[in-house]
Amino acid sequence: MKLSYAWLKEWVDVPWDARELGSRLTMAGFELEGMVTNAHDCILELNVTPNRGDVMSVLGFAREVAALSGKPLTGPARRSVADQLSDTFPMQVEAPAECPTFCGRVIRGVDNQALTPAWMTARLQSAEVRSVSPIVDVTNYVLLELGQPMHAYDLSMLSGAICVRRAHPAERLQLLDARTVDLSADMLVIADRDAAVGLAGIMGGARTAVATGTRDVFLEVAYFAPAAIQGRARRLGLQTDASQHYERGVDPTLQPRAMERASALLIEIAGGRAGPVTQLHSSLHQPKRAAVGLRRTRLARLLGTSIEPAAVKAALGALQMTVQEVSTGWEVTPPPHRFDITIEEDLIEEVARMVGFDAIPERAGEAVLRFPELPRAQPTEVAALEIMSARGYHEAITYAFVDPQLQRRLFPERASLALANPIASDLSAMRVSLWPGLLRAAAENQRRQQDRIRLTEHGVCFAVADGDVLEVDTVSAIACGERLPEQWGVPRRERAPVDFFDVKADLEMLLASTGAPDAFTFEAGQLSCLHPGRATRVLREARPIGWIGELHPEIVRELDFTYPPVLFELAFYDALRVDPAPYIEVSRFPMVRRDLAIVVDENVPLSALRERVILSASSLLRQCRVFDVYRGPGLETGTKSIALGLIFQDFSRTLTDEDVDQNVASIVAGLRVSLNAKIRE
Amino acid sequence: MNDAADLVARALGAIASSADLATLDAVRVHWLGKKGELTAALKSLGALPEAERRAAGQGINAAKARVQSALEARRIELERRKVDQELIAGRIDVTLPGRGEELGGLHPVTRARLRIETLFARAGFDLAVGPEIEDDFHNFEALNIPENHPARALHDTFYFPDGRLLRTHTSPVQIRSMLARGAPLAVIAPGRVYRCDHDLTHSPMFHQLEGLVVGENVSFANLKAALHGFLGAFFERDLAMRLRPSYFPFTEPSAEVDMSCIFCAGSGCRTCKHTGWLEIAGCGMVHPNVLRASGVDAERYTGYAFGAGIDRLAMLRYGVNDLRLFFDNDLRFLRQFRAF
Repeated sequence: MKLSYAWLKEWVDVPWDARELGSRLTMAGFELEGMVTNAHDCILELNVTPNRGDVMSVLGFAREVAALSGKPLTGPARRSVADQLSDTFPMQVEAPAECPTFCGRVIRGVDNQALTPAWMTARLQSAEVRSVSPIVDVTNYVLLELGQPMHAYDLSMLSGAICVRRAHPAERLQLLDARTVDLSADMLVIADRDAAVGLAGIMGGARTAVATGTRDVFLEVAYFAPAAIQGRARRLGLQTDASQHYERGVDPTLQPRAMERASALLIEIAGGRAGPVTQLHSSLHQPKRAAVGLRRTRLARLLGTSIEPAAVKAALGALQMTVQEVSTGWEVTPPPHRFDITIEEDLIEEVARMVGFDAIPERAGEAVLRFPELPRAQPTEVAALEIMSARGYHEAITYAFVDPQLQRRLFPERASLALANPIASDLSAMRVSLWPGLLRAAAENQRRQQDRIRLTEHGVCFAVADGDVLEVDTVSAIACGERLPEQWGVPRRERAPVDFFDVKADLEMLLASTGAPDAFTFEAGQLSCLHPGRATRVLREARPIGWIGELHPEIVRELDFTYPPVLFELAFYDALRVDPAPYIEVSRFPMVRRDLAIVVDENVPLSALRERVILSASSLLRQCRVFDVYRGPGLETGTKSIALGLIFQDFSRTLTDEDVDQNVASIVAGLRVSLNAKIRE
Repeated sequence: MNDAADLVARALGAIASSADLATLDAVRVHWLGKKGELTAALKSLGALPEAERRAAGQGINAAKARVQSALEARRIELERRKVDQELIAGRIDVTLPGRGEELGGLHPVTRARLRIETLFARAGFDLAVGPEIEDDFHNFEALNIPENHPARALHDTFYFPDGRLLRTHTSPVQIRSMLARGAPLAVIAPGRVYRCDHDLTHSPMFHQLEGLVVGENVSFANLKAALHGFLGAFFERDLAMRLRPSYFPFTEPSAEVDMSCIFCAGSGCRTCKHTGWLEIAGCGMVHPNVLRASGVDAERYTGYAFGAGIDRLAMLRYGVNDLRLFFDNDLRFLRQFRAF
């Protein structure tokens, strides 16, 4: 809110200059956000929090400054306009709970073409309010000064009587700003005999608006309960000064005073003769300020320090609260304008605010010696990210909402959740995978001439299953471009784009960190966004936990990648759950190695071969390594030769040639029978 | 005797002129081998008369010893020379870069978050998490922000058609933690949050740190100490801190936390808009309605809570001045944050 220093001075003798005032108010909860000084005045821009509707006016700030400085609240002399007419306009309140106080007054013979005086337009301008006409300017001025919204109708446009009621079903209203809105039954309207003439507490209607030719006005000053106004303006896409005030709470005792102030100003500027004020008041619905108890012990316990009783009383008294001492502390009744004081803690805040938060010392909390759980099975994010980082990957953080088109292109078979109000259509679908974000990030990097890309991400994906959303903690990576950074140490002919096996090695590093690398298997599978011949599902103990593969060539072209990216994705907790095999003693006896070159049909995967080797060998087989895969001259087409390094070792003795020969023979026989394998000499 | 002296002189000459170990070995064989000249001289002693044999024997043995030690010295020298030559031949340009992969790195926001987690863990806080898709109850209702509350307008919430929403803050984790664990407790909950707001200083997705301590005697003074301690530890310097009264529906009293500007030490600069202060967090004493909504006895227990922007902490720590850079994932940007 914009506050004129000069205007404030009219209400309280501010003992500080504008800068000091700004810092005092900042430390009292009204942050100074800017300050503009001109020849006559200084305009402070202050932030008023939503709980302090009572401060959104010159009067409101004057009350705060008075409390903070100890100076009395003064303000312009209050005077009532004498009734010069007997005219009244019929008024009726059908919704007294929503509108406990409704004041109206007829003023006739106003010259709405009169010039608003410069002092008033200057003050309106200081709050960025444009001068329109004397009638409108006066209502705006009173709002800025007292915080009381009001409305002026062209009396000649009103028919029958004014009524405060709930909107009828399907009722429509054209507002001052020429927009027509559809009303709903929980909205409050001001209506005449024919139709609604205003949206209560939000904006007046077009039909009865004052114009330059208006001579007779009906002034309305009402108190609307916050609950009757809250949310309505926002629902209609409106936000007005009036609605902001009413939503936060307007002083329910202020209406007669505001009526007099406005009448006096209007007659002063534009002439006219006023009728008597009609006030419809439902004391049953008038908000009551209940006394709130404040215990000395609670005050000290919550703040962590004790405050002198005299200081407590002074602080609350300065804020116009009625303070009564009781045995446990105080009974405090807040003034009518304070909507925010309903519980003990509210009072404690006010006390703390007045003595200053700086006056409360810092005190370390009591330490409790306690050992938290540290489950070994739970994989740590930092370990995974550091492994990826050591493999050359940079961690990315991409948006959790992605382009639905790209996501559908990648995962046509997966349902996703769409935002109702996205910031952009290409950021409207909740990701079902980290790949859409990583692909986009990789493409952006390629566009920035970063040709070698290694990105990894750890975050939540949103899987939709049976109408329910599952948040799946996920870790993914994308690699694209040269296998290694350009360097002297790798011969030119060995340079190549990164491929499936490079990235699989990175993936296997992560999997090895579980301590159970043998639990993982790779099962060739089809995912529509991956190259059908270069993709595999990753399983852990036969349960699917992820995918790895090269991006489908069609998508590579669509996304304009120079090199085909290779991607993997893992369900973080399922894939990386730590589950190491139990420790076994290291054998003291020598290892024996035998190498076998096995020729099999091209279609036989290594996994089948390996499985057969393990089944055929005795427990003396420790390891089975692949050290070469060969196709070409010397082999029939459609076959390949896989070179295995078999390592044997016993725990209790040195192996004899015979032991090893027996094993090798059994392995060879097994492979021959089940896979039609031949041994290559 | 002259004979022996002559033999020694000739042998030493041959040893000295041996240029490599093979030649030296040939020299050894020539003089000391089974058919070597000194061996022969020793064998010929038998032909001498008894009286001379002893003296001549001593002479030749002494000669042999001298030759042997000369051979040994020469061998050591030649071996050393050979090693020296190998070392010279094996010299490399040690200034060439190493071979293989280069180091990647963690995202600066993650680094800042891990630092925060470490500091709070050491201070005795547990880590808590919650879902990113929330319901109205946890994100608003239980946090004392009922329907139509003006504070809702400040939240720019992303909604789903069924009424669920993307959490606008990490505060729902307060509710979930208290419901799950009860009091007393001390947790932090770092996480991603969302607001439909996108401009120079706002990203629709960002990271928040939530802190919550509930106990029988938890006070505002404790809150001040915890925040001040954390900020000093995070930025590794003595900082001034001040709390300004503010308003959050879920705390009472509420405060904004300012720390002295780390770029100008409080004297005023562009980053702190010449105020000397940087706004770094919001905090307060947990509102009794929030405690009650979370099943905690609001009379017996008190608590404090705070929330800070992790991205902002990271921006300040790393001197990054544009929030959006964090989510551009530009490798040229990310590469600068390899150091832990």
